[in-house]
Order: sequence, then C-alpha cells, then structure tokens
Amino acid sequence: MNEFLEFIENNLQITYILILAIFVGIEVIKSIPAVLHTPLMSGANALSGVVIVGAILVMLHADPADYVAMSLGFVAVVLGVLNVVGGFAVTDRMLQMFKRKK
Amino acid sequence: MGILLNLIYLIATVTFIVGLKMLGHPETAKKGNLIAAAGMGLAIVGTIFVHEQQVSSIIYILIGAAILIGSIIGWLIAIKVEMTKMPELVSLFNGFGGASAALIGLVEYGKNVSNVTQSTTIVSGIIIGAITFSGSLIAWGKLNGTLKSVVRIPFYNIINNLVIIAIVIFAGFMVASGIDNQLLLYVLLSTGLIYGVLFVLPIGGADMPVVISLLNSLTGIAAAITGILYNNMVMLVGGILVGSAGIILTVAMCKAMNRTLGSVIFGAFGGAAATEGENKAMGSIKSTNPSDAAIMMNYANNVVIVPGYGLAVAQAQHVIHELEQMLTKKGVNVKYAIHPVAGRMPGHMNVLLAESNVEYNMLVEMEDINPQFSNTDIVLVVGANDVVNPAAHNNPASPIYGMPILDVENAKHIIVNKRGMNAGYAGIENELFYNSKTSMLFGDAKAALTDLVAELKNM
Repeated sequence: MNEFLEFIENNLQITYILILAIFVGIEVIKSIPAVLHTPLMSGANALSGVVIVGAILVMLHADPADYVAMSLGFVAVVLGVLNVVGGFAVTDRMLQMFKRKK
Repeated sequence: MGILLNLIYLIATVTFIVGLKMLGHPETAKKGNLIAAAGMGLAIVGTIFVHEQQVSSIIYILIGAAILIGSIIGWLIAIKVEMTKMPELVSLFNGFGGASAALIGLVEYGKNVSNVTQSTTIVSGIIIGAITFSGSLIAWGKLNGTLKSVVRIPFYNIINNLVIIAIVIFAGFMVASGIDNQLLLYVLLSTGLIYGVLFVLPIGGADMPVVISLLNSLTGIAAAITGILYNNMVMLVGGILVGSAGIILTVAMCKAMNRTLGSVIFGAFGGAAATEGENKAMGSIKSTNPSDAAIMMNYANNVVIVPGYGLAVAQAQHVIHELEQMLTKKGVNVKYAIHPVAGRMPGHMNVLLAESNVEYNMLVEMEDINPQFSNTDIVLVVGANDVVNPAAHNNPASPIYGMPILDVENAKHIIVNKRGMNAGYAGIENELFYNSKTSMLFGDAKAALTDLVAELKNM
C-alpha cells in the first residue's frame, strides 16, 4: 500500500493523465451506432499499435553488440508495424464501402 | 530537440483523440481513420529521428528494414483479405501488437530490476502482452475455422482463476526479490501465453467478437504500461484511449447480444449441452423449391431480406443484391433487415452488403424494421438463425431468451434458406422453421439464390 501511494506521489502528473485519458476514451466512444462497431474496433486496434514507439526506443537504446536485445527489438518493431499498417489499411478498406453511392 | 519531440507526440495524441471521435460517425469515419494514421506516422518518424542520442547507423538500417518488412506484409494482408475474413484479421493484428509489448518487456527487464516501479510495469506488460498474443491467435483460429470445437476442460473456471493468481504471485515474487534471471522471465512469458490460451479456448465462436474487442482493449493497456515505463505520453494516452474505448465497445457489443461480459467469459452458453431430445417435438417442416419461392416473391408487395453469416460464408452477397434489384424492377418494395450482430461482429453485415453495392438506405436497423413486419408479405431469411429465433421471446429456458431479435414471424410468409436442419451458431433449435407460415428453401445460399434469380428472370 505504501509503495502504491509513493508511486502516485512520485508520478502525480502521469496519474492525472491516466485518469483523464480513461474518461476521454469513454466519452469519445459513447453512443456509437452498431453499424460502426466493426470499423471502430479495427481502428482502435490500429491505434494500440502505438506500442511500436516503445519497440523503436528499445532498438535505439540497444548496444549493437547485444544480439538478444537487437533481435527481440527487431521482431517487436516488425510486429508493431504489422499492427499499425495492417490495422489502418484494413479499417480504411472497410470504411471505403460505407461511401454513399449516387 | 526534446521540446520538438514532445510537440510531435502532443500533435499525435490529439490526432488519436480526434480520429477516434470521427470514427464514430458514418460521414467522418474514413477521414478520422486517416487522421489517426497520419498522427501515428508522425510519432514513429519523430521517435526515430528526433533525439540527441548517438546511434550507430547499423541500428537505423535495422529499424528501417523492420518497418519496411512489417509495412509490406501488413499492407498486403490488409489489401488481399476477403471482407468476410475481417474479424479474424483484426484479431491477428491485435495479437501482433500484444506480442510487441511483451518483447519490449523482455529486453527492458534486466536494465530495471533494481527499481520496483519500473520492474512492476515491465512485468505487467509482459504478462498482458503475452495473454493478448496467445488469446488473439486462438480467437483467430476459432473464427477462421481452424479450431472448430469449444474445448472445455472440467472446472476450467477454477483452473483459469488459479493460473492467473499463480501468475500474479510469481510476478510479485520476481519484482520483490529483484532477481535478474532471464530463465524466470521466460517462464513468466510462457505462463502468460498459457493463460491466454486457457482464457479464450472455452469461449464459444458466437462470442468471439466480444473477446476480440476485450483483447484489443488489453493491447491498449499493454501499450499504456510501456508508455509509463518510458515516460512517453503518446504511448500512455494512446494506449489508455484504446483501453477504455475498447471496454466500452465490448460492453456495447454484449448489450447488442443481450449477454453480460461475465457470461461471455465464464461461458453460460453450453455449446454441446443445448437441446438434445426436444428437437422432434416441434412439428413438421414444409420445404419449397426455387420456382415456387420465385412466384411468391414476384406477386408480393413488400419483401424483407434477412441476411446472416451463412450468406457471407456462401459468398452470396452479390447474388442477393441481384435478386433485390430484380424484385425492385418488378415493382416489389425490398428492404434488408439488419440485426445488430448479423455476421460475426456488429456492423459486419453492413460492410459485406456495402461491398456488393447495396444502397446504404436499403439497410434497415432492427428497431425500425420490427414494427414493419406485420405489413410484410414475404420475409426471406438467408443464412441467419439465432437472430430470428422466437425462443428469445417465448422460451425462458432458452440460452438466448431476452436477446433482441427480428420479429419475422409477424410477416405473412417466411422463406428460410438454409443448407440443412443444423442448429445455429448458438446450437439451439429454432421453432420458426416449424411455423405453418414458414417454407424452407434448402440448399447452398449462393446456388439457391442464383436459381431464384433465374426463375424470376423467366417471369
């Protein structure tokens, strides 16, 4: 318990951002028509690929001689990019079909 | 330099929020997706180039290669996949994101063992990432049919809970003791992977969209945890956005299916235990052939088509559009009734029909079409089952009791196209098929509809 309070004390800003972001997420999604659930889920999935930023940081900080870190980082970047590019592309393709036809 | 990168992250974060917001409205959705994608691109480029660190060129080359490989593969899969396969693809991509988070944790653990806060976030990231990865792969396998049956080991609820408790205790021990042991780290990773499998395996295929949405939310949380580790705001806010939005979306999906999240995870749908023995007592069924069905539809005023996943499986969404156009030309008023969970995910059917150029305004949502069924001459049900099962209204013992359904039994005639008399995805008998107003048109959806169109052409 003490450590938990200490964490909040030391990371007050992060804690605020965390809680505010939770509410933003809830508000942004509220009352979405069921028609858009699939594209929305797909779009949110692409966004979760933001973890790629961490994967890039791993590689930037790694010592080129540390093969384990380098290869793990490499695979992490590939997987993260797959999530991002594939996610956005597939969402775009889905939404392409919602365009109103004349 | 530092301020520039932070500015870039700030802009990216705003694009995520705006993009997600725009994804919620049909007119702005496409733009919203592109805005979020642009923000993501900016964040990635900024992370690589805007910093003051000395980085050897080999690392830049490797990062570039990794991004190139991932982009090409991701792009090709996204472009090539059939629209019916969309749900499992989302699951697969989501799993990759989770795996990425777990791998980051593996690398970072050794450098941060001495700091309890850091090692707690790293260990949580590894566990959540691993669960999302293996869970998403199982969900993917279930949706594309590789894993067909619902696997239930006895007492799986208790076992699953014990496993997760064990994982948490083990992780707590690692953090508290602060040992830097790579082997233990991989053991932790494996237990996470095992839990993901155990978690998704007992859940029925019909509930898979909910599970994917939940796992998607977990990937967001894993990304946010990694954001805390690096004190990186774009990851933190982006991840939390996906995490909380994903939870809301999951709950919305559950609501559309009249299920609670708890009953999805702990499986109230007894897949196999459903209704053996009751089947015979329901009366006789009447079957019809394409030419009789065509005559009935030709002389009808109002026809409502109820498309289900069977239609998509048979790749019949183009033929049904042809049928609808043919009927319209003959002066019949045709509409599509879309159940919120038609297809494999909410909104999936709309995507499939839009792909075959069906007019957006011909698709009528459940609440709007239900009062109209009493004025409908013929309802054509193609490959749908549970969403038109009256048991949801009148059989409290049925597992789908209380689920909102399309009230097709109020129409004057119902024609049901089905391959055979198999029960629906939920494994429940459907008394609609035994209704005296119902005629069954047996056969593959594509073949049967093609015959229908041919018969109508000759009239």
